[in-house]
Amino acid sequence: MPVSELLEFFVDPARCIGCNACVQACSECDTHKGHSMIQLDMIDQAHSTQTVPVICMHCDSPTCAEVCPADAIKKTADGVVQSARKPRCIACNNCVLACPFGVPKMNTETHLMMKCDMCYDRSSVGKKPMCASVCPSQALFFGTREEIARLRPRSRAVNAFQFGNQTITTKVNMMVPNYAAADCIDVTGSMHGTVIGNQIDASVLYQGIETGESHHAST
Amino acid sequence: MANPGTTIEAIAGEFGPHLSQSTGMRLDSTLVPDKVVNTHCCFCGQQCGIKLLVKDEVVVGFEPWYDFPFNEGKLCPKGVKRYLQGAHPDRLLHAYQRDTNSPNGFRALGYDEAIARVASEIQRIQDAHGPHAMACLSGASLTTEKCYLMGKFARVCLKSSNIDYNGRLCMVSAGAANKKAFGVDRAANSWADILKTQLVWISGANIAECAPITTDYVWQARENGAKVIVVDPRITAIARTCDLFLPIKPGRDVALFNGILHLMIENNWLDHDFIAKHTVNFDEVAAGVKDCSPSRTAEITGIAERAIRTAAEWWGEAQSSFLLHARGIEHHTHGVQNCLGAINIVLASGRIGREFCGYATITGQANGQGGREHGQKCDQLPGWRDLGNPEHRAHIAKIWGVAEQDLPPPGVDAYEIFRKIDRNEIKGLLSICFNPLVSLPDNNFVRRMLQKLEFYVAIDFFMNETARYADIVLPGSLHEEDEGTVTTAEGRVIKINKAVECPGDAREDWRIIQDIAKSLNRPHGFTFDSPREILEELRVASRGGVADYSGITYERLEKEHGVFWPCYSEEHPGTPRLFEPGTWNPVANGNGPFYFPDGKARFNAITYQPPAEVTDAEYPYILTTGRVISHFLSGTQTRRIGPLVDQCPEPYIEVHPELAGKLGLATGDWATAESRRGTCTLPVRVVTTIRPDTIFIPYHWPGRKSVNQLTISAQDAISKIPEYKVCAVRLKKVPAPSAEELARIEPAARVEV
Repeated sequence: MPVSELLEFFVDPARCIGCNACVQACSECDTHKGHSMIQLDMIDQAHSTQTVPVICMHCDSPTCAEVCPADAIKKTADGVVQSARKPRCIACNNCVLACPFGVPKMNTETHLMMKCDMCYDRSSVGKKPMCASVCPSQALFFGTREEIARLRPRSRAVNAFQFGNQTITTKVNMMVPNYAAADCIDVTGSMHGTVIGNQIDASVLYQGIETGESHHAST
Repeated sequence: MANPGTTIEAIAGEFGPHLSQSTGMRLDSTLVPDKVVNTHCCFCGQQCGIKLLVKDEVVVGFEPWYDFPFNEGKLCPKGVKRYLQGAHPDRLLHAYQRDTNSPNGFRALGYDEAIARVASEIQRIQDAHGPHAMACLSGASLTTEKCYLMGKFARVCLKSSNIDYNGRLCMVSAGAANKKAFGVDRAANSWADILKTQLVWISGANIAECAPITTDYVWQARENGAKVIVVDPRITAIARTCDLFLPIKPGRDVALFNGILHLMIENNWLDHDFIAKHTVNFDEVAAGVKDCSPSRTAEITGIAERAIRTAAEWWGEAQSSFLLHARGIEHHTHGVQNCLGAINIVLASGRIGREFCGYATITGQANGQGGREHGQKCDQLPGWRDLGNPEHRAHIAKIWGVAEQDLPPPGVDAYEIFRKIDRNEIKGLLSICFNPLVSLPDNNFVRRMLQKLEFYVAIDFFMNETARYADIVLPGSLHEEDEGTVTTAEGRVIKINKAVECPGDAREDWRIIQDIAKSLNRPHGFTFDSPREILEELRVASRGGVADYSGITYERLEKEHGVFWPCYSEEHPGTPRLFEPGTWNPVANGNGPFYFPDGKARFNAITYQPPAEVTDAEYPYILTTGRVISHFLSGTQTRRIGPLVDQCPEPYIEVHPELAGKLGLATGDWATAESRRGTCTLPVRVVTTIRPDTIFIPYHWPGRKSVNQLTISAQDAISKIPEYKVCAVRLKKVPAPSAEELARIEPAARVEV
């Protein structure tokens, strides 16, 4: 049974709380029990609690499959890019190096590339993937376009990404704030920009504050 | 007397913490479970629904419980990996007796022999020193049935005043404030009222890490147009996307709330009708905040004046609001006052008792709500009755079949119990669901008191750090090995279901307590055959009290996905939202929605006073403490679950770059934090998300990694909660420890199993 066309994956990084529930739950998925196929990225830990869950974006034209010399990586008809096929994978790491999102992982014990397959055992029978099921803040959301439009009126779904000269469209959507004009997220471009931090700004502190001030009895 | 017969390393080598990982059956993706049990997470007060998968009497995994309304399948990492606490190599399968000749300090003994030994020691101590020489420390992670039984056990079987519980470290400030202001202590609303409110005010609650599912409620409100104000010394994950952040100096919340009320009055942002009709004492409170000008508020709180003015304007002009707070404002010597300050601005706004208008403390422990209602608190009887009230005593004495004069007078709080050990007034201790050596402040004092006891019996499923000092350790039950009810942060009573039987000699905790009563030859009132029977008695005992459970049955809880108390009869629907106009309660009896004879809520005048220990030249920085998401409280469970330990293996010190620069510290360096009570050496994280005058250390770890070596045992005068959130420390850079030194800091076994 294919993954229903009505059900889509939406990643909303603004909601990520860095809890790792997705990473922990991923290793409970029956297709790769004991191994987590996703990761949590810290953006700039010194200046922000911002984190981002990295799941497979399931590209319409998957770079991992395109660079595979053994033709081991297959996309199912419903658009889900699968882990490498065991008989074919030669553990060359091409996919690991080539994926612009940094998703495939090489299992060095079994010499097999494994990756997020949208919990195919679950999503292909109408269940939510493990990560999106447990995500406490619903930064990872699996549901219909109508649901996400109703629940997230402040943002919209984008599924085009720019990496240098390469434009990628994906099955998985990224939620971007409505005020952001772009319909394509320039990933490499934004890496050269200033990291938008989230620090205690001196202007919201009472100006008398100094580290190690001696205590005033009146306050 | 109660002293480990051997080294901590030797005890840890045998009893852990060892780390569990998914192995064997738990990795078998073809496994068909014998049964799937709908139950709840064992950790925090949100009590997320979860389905446990059971094979051959082992919990082998979980499946999200999408139909449970509170969390709809969502879980934090603790919930995801909670199943790894079962079939754990550290699980106590026998009773143990301390044995100085044993290499690991203990030897196993038969369950019956252990119970007989406990009973004879209790008898000996009470014969020699009177009934109150025996004390009990209980816990709010137990089911309500067990909490009820513990209160009854102390008063009826032991006839001792001295019982208290670890909710003393958690919910008591909010509880006391709620009783003073509303006459009843429960979240005023279910979380459903958060979703469409216009303004969410969060004071001192690291929601993303301590109540993660609540994040979705807050952010859904924001999607629906709400503004979010966060008051915290740290930019926690919930603060990252808030609309207004107030970086308060720890311990100054009263000043902020008074300053907000001052501006509400000045700008006439008041609900005069509500104040007149439903409250008393507003004028006194208004007079008390006359001097709390924005500039003075800014000076005390360390928050810029314009941010305070903006917060007041948003709060003042909102049409609906939901105020949430947690331990951040409660863990103070003025914890009750802080909560009363929050309630004052809620009452002045008139935004309570209506749809999308609410107020709640976010309860921390699994049964933080139910565990504080039915009598394991030192001054309390079931149904939230008072042990000091003759009418209440007579009522409960009758239900228990004892003479009113045989019930002991109210006792003292959990920390005072240790001071009573110091004063030779308490000689024996029974603890259950409490690990005070990790969780109490100034824990070097706690250790000395444990060593001073004549007899100490600990009931637990793992050998927690405090149990290492016990004479007898009795193997109790894990969450999934028993059934019962708990009451969530929302006030929703829910059903915990048994997934597996207790292994080995382990018993359900209520059986252990009853076995001790029987062995003491004091079985009266302790002959229950099941938790259901205990609930039946509790329903009767709570009837007519403010926390009325009389309409609650196991069947209803299953069918209705929980029931909100008060629930006066089996036909009563329960009460998701308190204080709605026109509602009846047993105290007001129709006079109004609040739980006082006149049906009106109380404004309480509060005055800012500094924390017990302020910074000075010698100890110039503020230490504040808290939690991380992958661990729970004293870590007895989570420090044994491999994937959770991997996520956060060690505590650390958070330092702002301004302070770090002054001390020459960079991320990865080691530093020693020192207070007047102890020192703690940990790695440093330099972050701009904390106030420059404050450092933060999470508290889940024992021994030399325990921040509670530093914290102060000063307590709130009313609630007796310790001031975990503020004390004065100094900080200095130290060389990174060598491998040998690290091994000494980390004596616990880290063997992966």
